[in-house]
Amino acid sequence: MQSRSWLLRPFSERSTQLFIGVLLAALALVTVLHLAVPAGHPLNVTAYTVNLFGKYLSYALLAVAVDLVWGYLGILSLGHGAFFALGGYAMGMYLMRQIGDRGTYGDPVLPDFMVFLNWESLPWYWQGFDMAWFAFAMVLLAPGALALVFGWLAFRSRVTGVYLSIITQAMTFALMLAFFRNEMGFGGNNGLTDFRDILGFSLRNDATRLGLFIATGVALALGYVICRAIVVSKLGRVCVATRDAEARTRFLGYRVERFQLFVFVISAMLAGVAGALYVPQVGIINPSEFEPIFSIEIVLWVALGGRATLYGAVIGAILVNYAKTVFTGVMPDAWLFALGALFVLVTVFLPRGVAGLLAYRFKRQRRSSDDTATPQEASA
Amino acid sequence: MRNFPLPWSTTAQGGAVHADEVRIRTPWVLLMALAVSLLGLAHAPSTLAQDAEAVVLLEALDVDDYAAKGEAIDAIVSSDDERARDWLQALLDGRLQRTDDGRFVVVLDNRGRDWPVENALTGEALGEMSRRELERIGINNALRNQLRSALAVVDLYSPDLERRRASAERLLGEVDDDLSGPLAEVIEEATDDRVRERLSLALAIHRLEQGELEAVAELEGSLHPEVRVALNRAAQGDDPVLATSAGEALRGIEQTLKLNRAAETLYFGLSMGSVLVLAAIGLAITFGVMGVINMAHGELIMLGAYTTWAVQQLLPGQPGLALILSIPAGFLVSALAGVAIERGVIQFLKGRPLETLLATFGVSLILQQLVRTVISPQNRTVVTPEWMSGSLAVNDALSLTLNRMAVLGFALLVFVGLMLVMRRTRLGLEVRAVTQNRAMARSMGIRATRVDILTFALGSGVAGLAGVALSQLTNVGPNLGQNYIIDSFMVVVFGGVGNLWGTLVAGLSLGVINQVLEPWAGAVLAKIIVLVFIILFIQKRPRGLFPQKGRAAEG
Repeated sequence: MQSRSWLLRPFSERSTQLFIGVLLAALALVTVLHLAVPAGHPLNVTAYTVNLFGKYLSYALLAVAVDLVWGYLGILSLGHGAFFALGGYAMGMYLMRQIGDRGTYGDPVLPDFMVFLNWESLPWYWQGFDMAWFAFAMVLLAPGALALVFGWLAFRSRVTGVYLSIITQAMTFALMLAFFRNEMGFGGNNGLTDFRDILGFSLRNDATRLGLFIATGVALALGYVICRAIVVSKLGRVCVATRDAEARTRFLGYRVERFQLFVFVISAMLAGVAGALYVPQVGIINPSEFEPIFSIEIVLWVALGGRATLYGAVIGAILVNYAKTVFTGVMPDAWLFALGALFVLVTVFLPRGVAGLLAYRFKRQRRSSDDTATPQEASA
Repeated sequence: MRNFPLPWSTTAQGGAVHADEVRIRTPWVLLMALAVSLLGLAHAPSTLAQDAEAVVLLEALDVDDYAAKGEAIDAIVSSDDERARDWLQALLDGRLQRTDDGRFVVVLDNRGRDWPVENALTGEALGEMSRRELERIGINNALRNQLRSALAVVDLYSPDLERRRASAERLLGEVDDDLSGPLAEVIEEATDDRVRERLSLALAIHRLEQGELEAVAELEGSLHPEVRVALNRAAQGDDPVLATSAGEALRGIEQTLKLNRAAETLYFGLSMGSVLVLAAIGLAITFGVMGVINMAHGELIMLGAYTTWAVQQLLPGQPGLALILSIPAGFLVSALAGVAIERGVIQFLKGRPLETLLATFGVSLILQQLVRTVISPQNRTVVTPEWMSGSLAVNDALSLTLNRMAVLGFALLVFVGLMLVMRRTRLGLEVRAVTQNRAMARSMGIRATRVDILTFALGSGVAGLAGVALSQLTNVGPNLGQNYIIDSFMVVVFGGVGNLWGTLVAGLSLGVINQVLEPWAGAVLAKIIVLVFIILFIQKRPRGLFPQKGRAAEG
């Protein structure tokens, strides 16, 4: 149909051009304000803030991943935190191995917590994580494999709607319990921390932090384009059809479960990448990332930003997390009230999110008809 | 003076001591008492001969020679003084002490620097004393053992039945040559069956240790740990005949024990399952009727538990009455909260189940934080009334805690009640109609909105009841609901939506499965295994154990 590469196709859309443009401009602006403006100047962006933005951007990538399955496939995953955390743990394991003999106990191979637990040697699943390429591959493969197995089982037997939401939640809950166990070999409830450097660059360096921030921004741009490419392709059309009328799509001859599985795995991998970028910037990964509440929170970001728009997910993630930073700093007790109220208000009064609000505002200017159709709820 | 020989008596030879020998010391005691009072060491308010005698008895304890101390203990036991037991107990606990000026006191609480004490003779409180003013009457291990058996025997003659029973219990495995003779007599005279049974068992253990083959037959079938210890020792002993028969008896006992352990696991499993059923059944109703996932269900449970706590605060000192009153109170509070959620949020989200899930999750966050802010982030303890604490001992190896049994019974009652509401009332009929086909029910004149509200109130109220029950088993805190919400979902999904029987079977079986796995895999791993099992189960039967059949299933 089109001669251009499938990855470049989204760029013919106004919304993609705009989003990528704004994102790259923001990256450049933060970099300039951080490097060129002297410290103490009101316009200076401190290293702390750069780090914070980097964290938001990794959350944004995670939100995009969730929007891909929820917005376009109608799967409300309450377990995407698990994929995020698995990617994070893969990165954490690599960073742990990079510490080498600089740990408290000075063991050249074993991480501190294993020495502490009197482990003799590295468990088999820790092998290979000293090599960056292997660890980075696992960032994609570990969440991808979990999504593949879980999705294959779930979609094959046509588990949908709230049932699917509940078992994804059970999945992340079970993983959380498992990772809390010391015997699992992932540091128990302390998780993995005390990282020193990544690819030879010290994590305590401002330059490394800036690099991570830019890398996260680029990953977000890439992830966005990939999702967009999926959405605008024929595959994406089948997904939307599945979302709106699963049975009908099936009767039309599509193997719905295969489409669902494919997109679900892609989404899990993106979530894994987000986790992997999150961990070096935060400096710790522990089982709390598996908590069901975190996974539900991600869905709120998407809902607030606007479902089935992708850029809405980014807006939502950044807005909610910025609010969280502000609230927990000023009045920590009020945050849960605010979050709870957000859940209620957004679902009741803002079903299409901030993006829907924007779309309404600029309705007349929006002539190009992209497929941000109102998501219709498949009857559960 | 009691005329039975004291087995531990240092003067006793081969268990044949006559009361006269003890009595012989009496003149000495009197003489010494006189001497003591003359020396002005006795500060007892009365100079009655009895108190003087008591002082002498205690005085004899404060010597350096442990053998002499042993004799002094014997003397106290053989005296008919009713304070003897308290003295011996205090001596055993190291609380019998002497002040600088020679008075005997019992320390009531030996924490901190100043200790509250009371006069050992009169029992009169003497206020607090510095630990430096006091000197403890020391004992060694031999004396400690002597004291323990002495206390047991003293108690065997106590007029208090409970005390006699407890004492007989303690004597298991503690009988030696000296005690066996008098015990036989006590058994003859014992009026209480339980005391007699325990003492015979104690005696039989002793006889087994002596190598008597007949004792094995008597011990057979008893599940007491001491019996097993004794049989084990005999089974490994030198006497081959005794060893074989002891071994056989032991095997029989092990078999029975295994059954008992299975029964215990089943009981714990059912108890845990009943909690799950209580927590999930309200969810099953609302989910079944409205197709709505109420993520705030856990917080409605929490509200029920806090209601129990609040009612207990209002009625201090009457935990039983408070608990009974909190059953309707908890139901009402949670039902009202449920109606508020339904009217305030859910009714605007008709036909959007996933959004409802998110919105109610928001409500759950608000409710949690509300409790944290208004009451406290800390856990609150709810008192368990007396008639619900303690346990029912089925036999020596199996005792069932009463609070769990009460919760189990309560869960079944609630289940039966709900069953009746669903099957026998107009509301139940309407609820079932709306569950099966909302549109058709409406066209038959059923006011579906009203049914929604009532169903939600009912389901939420049951959550409140679950909270009341839970308050008897765990701490009441803001996170109480969160801990149960995922489990409740699992039960509903496992059992099949809109089916109360499914919820009951699923809840109870999940509880039992969990308990069966727990000793083998550990608590956390057991939970993980159960979760994975359910996830896999859903793949096989996406609509649960008891799926809805017919047209309703397609809704």
